[in-house]
Amino acid sequence: MKVVVCVKQIPDPNTTGQLDPTTHLLKREGVEVVLDPGDEFGVEAGLQLVEAQGGEVTVVSMGPDRGIDAVRKALAMGAAKGVLISDDALRGSDALTTARVLAAAIRREGFDLVITATESTDGYTGVVPQMIAELLDVPAVTFAKTVEVDGTTLKVKRQTEAGYDLVEAGLPAIVSVTAGVNEPRYPSLKGIMGAKSKPLDRITCGDLGLDGAGGGTAGQSITGVEPAPQRTAGSIVKDDGEGYKRIADFLAEKKVI
Amino acid sequence: MPLGKIWVFAEIAGGKPAPVALELLTKARSLAGTVEAVAFAPDAAEAATELGAHGATTLYAGTDPVWGEVLLGGPAADALAALIGEHKPDLVLFGMTYDSRDVAGRLAAKLGVPVIANGIDVSDGDGVSVHSSAFGATLNVATRFEGEAPALAIIRPKSFVAEPSGGGAAAVTQVTSPMDEKHKAARVTDRVADVAAGPKLEEAPIVISGGRGLGDPKNFELLDQLAAVLGNAAVGASRAVVDAGWVPYAMQVGQTGKTVKPAVYLAFGISGAMQHTVGMKGAKAIVAVNRDENAPIFKLADLGVVGDALKVLPALVEELQKRRS
Repeated sequence: MKVVVCVKQIPDPNTTGQLDPTTHLLKREGVEVVLDPGDEFGVEAGLQLVEAQGGEVTVVSMGPDRGIDAVRKALAMGAAKGVLISDDALRGSDALTTARVLAAAIRREGFDLVITATESTDGYTGVVPQMIAELLDVPAVTFAKTVEVDGTTLKVKRQTEAGYDLVEAGLPAIVSVTAGVNEPRYPSLKGIMGAKSKPLDRITCGDLGLDGAGGGTAGQSITGVEPAPQRTAGSIVKDDGEGYKRIADFLAEKKVI
Repeated sequence: MPLGKIWVFAEIAGGKPAPVALELLTKARSLAGTVEAVAFAPDAAEAATELGAHGATTLYAGTDPVWGEVLLGGPAADALAALIGEHKPDLVLFGMTYDSRDVAGRLAAKLGVPVIANGIDVSDGDGVSVHSSAFGATLNVATRFEGEAPALAIIRPKSFVAEPSGGGAAAVTQVTSPMDEKHKAARVTDRVADVAAGPKLEEAPIVISGGRGLGDPKNFELLDQLAAVLGNAAVGASRAVVDAGWVPYAMQVGQTGKTVKPAVYLAFGISGAMQHTVGMKGAKAIVAVNRDENAPIFKLADLGVVGDALKVLPALVEELQKRRS
């Protein structure tokens, strides 16, 4: 089975992201970057499938040159091959441009199953997997809590507002996995050393036949960025053994008891 | 682009529209002269009365039984694209829910137009703008649509308050175009509900949530006890403990979970990661109990107690029982 996993390098999610006030693009300078923690679940899901059923995991990523580190981490976890699409023209791309580039790269690799996270931890639009699916003309089984492949049938427990749906779809397909779907492995020292000799393609839009894919925010422009109104902090007290009374009084004051 | 016509994509369950559809219709009424709804479900037509009462004059409804058996994203995007070509709405609004995100994403790719997600408001001035929250709701970003119609926007639930318009039932226009066979290969074979007792998380006037600081899944019982003594409370959770498998996903409050706006939100052992606060910072009042005095949740709290949730909880339950009797 040929599994392609999409990954993204993002600013460390433990820091608060910021937008450049003039370009309205994400500030990347001077910020620690990591493989999106959500993507580690996708890589792990792909590795588990090919370990059980044979095949290979290819990792595809779009981003600046230093995004190579995210791809290397996935290779160190056990993916067989990496592809990084890096092109100045893609700076500031929106979800649809991102999906077009990733779909072209995935098509070039060939696939039975594409795995993504449900959304990136920095941008969290949560629509790129569905867009890739539409462009590749395959089903998108999103928000998966579990992923199984039985022959050519994908079986997924899919999150819903109320609980979950059992969903079946024929391969090829895309599945987006939720955090918690598995326990991502840490790269071993052997994995990290081995990753250095694994094939890693660095390509541009031109290599994908997507010249002119740049300026990837057609049809929309950011017209304003401002701090969201923040709540003002109230009173903070140390629990001296009577903190519970403060809470009970507060609930009474708010007339909910 | 002047806003002549806005469509709201409505998810239907058991003949009832999702609450976010009514919220979006209410907002749409203030922006455009014509407001219509679109829904695909075997019992979609039953929702015409409620959708109409919130401002939809027409409901385009696909009611073939097959709509109840397939993944909505692919076929709904196909059907919507065809309807949009025929009726030309200026703006289509979707709720930020699982199925609607699928439909909106696929539709955007199909039409080659942008879709703005995480919206919390929509305005029409010099073109349609969607106001969305970024970086855990620390920033509000305004994005204006500048291309060909339709503009597509995905709006977080509870961004608007649903208010009836006094209108009658929406006129139902059946959508009869047959579903492409390829979509029937992605099927929903069963629907499972994680049933919770008491009021629904999104509707409860009091929400009590627990996080890692509770130490052990069994300590969620303390939250259940507090909910029981309060009577009108629902229990929620942070993503960390949902991911760890302590409680079902249906209890998650936050960016990838539910958005709640209760009268009072009580957070026990929750640090206040942005992932979580996006879903609860709209509460009218917030109480937080956490051992770490530097926990970011205290920046939001109207009342913060620095202490051990496991000590405070049983004492609070006892105190409330005492005051009740």
